[in-house]
Amino acid sequence: MTALLEVSHLRKTYGATTAVDGVSFSLPPGGALGLVGESGSGKTTTARMLVGLERPDSGTIRVLGEAPAATLRGRTARLARAKAVQMVFQDPYLSLDGRLTVGSTLDGVLRLHGCHDRATRASRVRELLAQVGLGEREAAALPRHLSGGQRQRAAIARALAVEPAVLVLDEAVSALDVSVQAQVLNVLTDIRREAGIGLVFVSHDLAVVRYVCDEALVLLRGRPVEHRPIADLLDDPGHPYTRLLLDSVPRPGWDPETIARRRREVHLAGQGDRFLREL
Amino acid sequence: MSTTVLVRRPLLGRLRGGFLAHGRLFQVCLVLLVAFVVVALFAPWLAPQDPTVGDFADTMAGPGAAHLLGTDQGGHDTFSALLVGTRTSLLGPLCVVAFSSAAGIGVGLFSGWRGGWVDAVIGRVLDILFAFPSLLLAILAVALFGKGLGGPVLAMAIAYMPYTARLVRGLTAQERTRPYVSAYLVQGHAPVFVAVRRLLPNLGPTVLAQSTVNFGYALLDLAALSFLGLGVQPPTPDWGAMINQAQAAVLQGQPLSAVVPAVAVVLVVVAFNVVGEQLGDRLARRDAR
Amino acid sequence: MTLLEIDALTVELPGAARPVLDAVTLRLAAGEVVGLVGESGSGKSVTARSALGLLPARARVTGRVLVEGRDLVGADAARLREVRTGVASMVFQDPRAGINPVRRIGDFLTEPLRLTKGWSRREAEARALELLAAVGLPDPPRHLRQYPHQLSGGMLQRVMIAGALAGEPRLLLCDEPTTALDVSTQAEILALLGGLQRARGLGMLLITHDIELAAASCDRVYVMYAGRIVEQAPAAELFGSPRHPYTRGLLGSTPPLTGPLERLRPVPGAPMSLAESAPGCAFAARCTFAEPGRCDHSAPELLPLTAAPDRSAACFRVAELPNPAVTEARP
Repeated sequence: MTALLEVSHLRKTYGATTAVDGVSFSLPPGGALGLVGESGSGKTTTARMLVGLERPDSGTIRVLGEAPAATLRGRTARLARAKAVQMVFQDPYLSLDGRLTVGSTLDGVLRLHGCHDRATRASRVRELLAQVGLGEREAAALPRHLSGGQRQRAAIARALAVEPAVLVLDEAVSALDVSVQAQVLNVLTDIRREAGIGLVFVSHDLAVVRYVCDEALVLLRGRPVEHRPIADLLDDPGHPYTRLLLDSVPRPGWDPETIARRRREVHLAGQGDRFLREL
Repeated sequence: MSTTVLVRRPLLGRLRGGFLAHGRLFQVCLVLLVAFVVVALFAPWLAPQDPTVGDFADTMAGPGAAHLLGTDQGGHDTFSALLVGTRTSLLGPLCVVAFSSAAGIGVGLFSGWRGGWVDAVIGRVLDILFAFPSLLLAILAVALFGKGLGGPVLAMAIAYMPYTARLVRGLTAQERTRPYVSAYLVQGHAPVFVAVRRLLPNLGPTVLAQSTVNFGYALLDLAALSFLGLGVQPPTPDWGAMINQAQAAVLQGQPLSAVVPAVAVVLVVVAFNVVGEQLGDRLARRDAR
Repeated sequence: MTLLEIDALTVELPGAARPVLDAVTLRLAAGEVVGLVGESGSGKSVTARSALGLLPARARVTGRVLVEGRDLVGADAARLREVRTGVASMVFQDPRAGINPVRRIGDFLTEPLRLTKGWSRREAEARALELLAAVGLPDPPRHLRQYPHQLSGGMLQRVMIAGALAGEPRLLLCDEPTTALDVSTQAEILALLGGLQRARGLGMLLITHDIELAAASCDRVYVMYAGRIVEQAPAAELFGSPRHPYTRGLLGSTPPLTGPLERLRPVPGAPMSLAESAPGCAFAARCTFAEPGRCDHSAPELLPLTAAPDRSAACFRVAELPNPAVTEARP
């Protein structure tokens, strides 16, 4: 079976800083991969390269075995790229156009992707919104009249309207309140099960990645340090950095002092790189 | 976080705060502007006399029943000239603002969207244009194309273009990084479509505020040009030309025919400034939220 | 005398449909670490700020905020200054927002000492070096001459903590001190705060949206919802057996890091905004246990539980609700 997404040796630099270096993974149909890391780990840059918002310096991205056109000059190439990978952004307050209602935003996406019949579009919009748990009222509302969770669900519906093979979520739940975050997480797991869409889930939160994904790829300063099934990774982290991340999650009986000491030890043992040495 | 800053000349900036802070002044100025526009539209029907025809039997008359605001030394009815002059006095700046805004939006959007070296080059060119006083450019145009409204309007449109262009350029560069723009691109929309149909409308109100401020200054510049005898030529009524023609009357102790158009110029310029700046401030407050 | 005692504090803003704070009552003893947990708009930050007398200017305020016995509601400038310079201080969420980016770290730390205590530059600098060492920064003399952009977020938060300690406060208010930081930095900052708190016997109020963080680092936790305190309990008990439906909802919404992976049970709807109001319990509209005619009729008071007098909850049905299966403390 062809992998949905085949990424090899991605590299991206900005001037002297290397944002991403040597990221490779493949996503099977219906698979979900977590890209885990802290700020400066290159996880967002990787996500933006997957959807074509940034162009990699080197490395390849194949969707369903084909490399999307490098330049997006023509309409066909643009639409094909959009069908391949869609993205949901971190901040639901900024990622929707404030002048358009949720319904007309979705309608515009459907029209762009070749649905010319008004009635078909209207019923598809209802269907998409129902899929993320939104109704007529939300369809008619401007984004500013919706709560953060509703906006993020609208943004997910917008991405699904394109019927992409892969959905990239860039910290898509981290700006939401806990009680609302759970609603969106359930929407995501449902979509994955029902639509068979592949997910690339970018997050710093291991517990959330565990809930949504099968595998995790841990990034440190743009380089992959560990890539395994998430259950194995959490049971027995192989890299000291992964262990540090795991230990850092607060829980009862949690001892921040030990973690702080471990962090220094990681540094002293020379296993951490410059990122760890910064603090 | 957003920086919606209008380019202002320091002329009326000082008047802000205090009594300008009240919403009432904004409303008064808005009503005043609407009134001037109505007068301009219906001037020929409102004017009691034909201002282009002088009554040599009754020159430099004071206010009275026959001539509401008196006459100038050519016997033209000042009140009628004021009303009909509203047309040319507003039409000139309107053309300047229309051309400069259209060009400024085009240049600014292109420059801000493209970024990189294209943006840097355009930025330098705009800086150079900024260095030319608009009035000087207009006088140059008169020297090239002859007297009249056409040359100065074109010259001033070019001189005012950088104000709008710089504003739009900055806002576009800032707006372009927003996730909603990225989202449109990821959906497969053409970049031109996203820039013109989706990004630009979000800048509309700010650009409108800048254009309103520009309107007042363009009116002032064009009136000055007409006053110098380089703009609108008599007998076409125009406020600047009226002040020019009233010079003799002023010297002979009949200043009314100069004072009336001067007051009109001041009122319109102040009104446009207040409305433009308040629009800008309201936008800044909206952005801050 | 209790270090911080907030008594029926109600804060109303003109134009809002409900009070920002609604009869908030909270106690914090010297040497105690108390957590204040809530989602956006719950009023947790406003509560913390009230302990410094920082309340919205146009607000209508009733109730009392006693810091070492001094009431800050309607207090004059002198009393506020006395509390802010010597008794209580605050660490904010975003360290970059709280520091002037064009001034050196040294100026940030020494200026308040020189202005409020009249110290000489030399004395103030000596104290600043002490403080930077106390917050675990590696090279205090160098940091004194550095600018904020030269430090990472975690280091800068240490500087902010040093600044908060400058007046030798007895009450430290931490408003989401690690939310803007990375996960592994969060642990370091909390280790630092915990160490300082124990060494100096500080009373500490930790405001956070992360119920697990509060449970892991506090002695006692208050849970807020829509301007009201809905539950108060010792941290370990709150986490193991939450009583208020909202607290249960929060815990049911948090995906676990270990143990069986069940489908999350999210709380339906969204947190109540300031534009909404409810005649009864603010949580009734989202609550699966709400009883029509009772819960949406009048607001329940925060009362001690009969079974556990050291805990309290604001829920009419708290005694009738099934005891939650005591979730094992996760390893």
